[in-house]
Amino acid sequence: MGLMSYNGGGIIAMTGKNCVAIASDLRLGSQSTTLAVDFQKTFKIHDTLIVGLAGLVTDMQTLSQRFKFRHNLYRLREDRDMRVSAFANMVSSMLYEKRFGPYYCEPIIAGLEPDGTPFVMGMDLIGAQGQSEDFVVAGSNTESLFGVCESFYRNDMSPEELFETVAQCLLSGVDRDCLAGWGGIVHIITPEGTVSRTLKGRMD
Amino acid sequence: MDCLFGFVGDGFVMMGADTSACQSIIRVKQGIDKILETGGKKLMGAVGDGGDRVQFTEFIEANMQLYSFRNGVPLSTNATAKFIRGELATALRKGPYNANLLVGGLDAGEVSLYYIDYLATLHKMNCAAHGYGALFMYTLFDSEWKPGMSLEEAKVLARKCIAEVKLRLVVAPPEFLVKIVDKDGCRVVSLEE
Repeated sequence: MGLMSYNGGGIIAMTGKNCVAIASDLRLGSQSTTLAVDFQKTFKIHDTLIVGLAGLVTDMQTLSQRFKFRHNLYRLREDRDMRVSAFANMVSSMLYEKRFGPYYCEPIIAGLEPDGTPFVMGMDLIGAQGQSEDFVVAGSNTESLFGVCESFYRNDMSPEELFETVAQCLLSGVDRDCLAGWGGIVHIITPEGTVSRTLKGRMD
Repeated sequence: MDCLFGFVGDGFVMMGADTSACQSIIRVKQGIDKILETGGKKLMGAVGDGGDRVQFTEFIEANMQLYSFRNGVPLSTNATAKFIRGELATALRKGPYNANLLVGGLDAGEVSLYYIDYLATLHKMNCAAHGYGALFMYTLFDSEWKPGMSLEEAKVLARKCIAEVKLRLVVAPPEFLVKIVDKDGCRVVSLEE
């Protein structure tokens, strides 16, 4: 069936004015069977950095544990959080290490640089970086996510506007994907802190 | 075909599994216990073909015992589930185990049930199942399971799950064994009314 769409999922990250949003759906499935409806695919690394992982859940869990480990080690050595761009490069290296036996995951990295500049980047399963000014998407049906994001995205959205946009894009994007959906979770990262909200959409 | 299910109730976790050992279309033996009672108040049910089920669960059980001996206390349910996931994940790209598990237990009054599949996907759930029977049981869980069920209500749900599998699955197992773990430890429960 394709290892990338075995468990299903959809992730969007979008930039705003001095803020970023990252959102994922909540479905965990085994091909056509839905196993759980409370499975987040976003992982917090530090206050201004959240990683979303789309793809095979076993590799998603292994990778998120490895990211946490590497960041903890960095924190112990450097006595500060890793900046987003540095973290993204680290993720890219970690994935390319497994070039001929990869992790079946596509990460989305969203955060704020130390000076407050929004940063979003998507990657493929072997670490090819695709940094974007506006938004990045990943999951079992990226075409539908690209479509809605391209239509509704505007520059310089405030955190509230960004939340509305990302929430609507995610919910309508995953509606066209039978393997993703069952609600969503949206994190808005600002220099003041992160606000997370759960969405209820079509529960099918 | 193997079938394993589990769900949480008020202060207990109930887990049931079929008791058949099969090779292709032949039922070699019945009366197999597929739910291990490991380290203190924990149930570890496993289904899978070949020797993987037994080899893997015995390996995990040995490590649970080792931890208890070294540290004087048994490993928590959460830690057990994550250890199992770690072993499955490491083995996945070397010599994978074809074993699907459910780990349920009690830790200081808190009940928890973890679903682990053969790819090392881990998720904490209230109700979970493996096998072809799971396809029927998930829908029964959706309609019949509620939080804080009593033992009697749980037995009713378990009876319904088993009855549905026997009714609708062509290769339904004839016999199931159901266990629970609560503050008094692990024991077999009879579903007789």
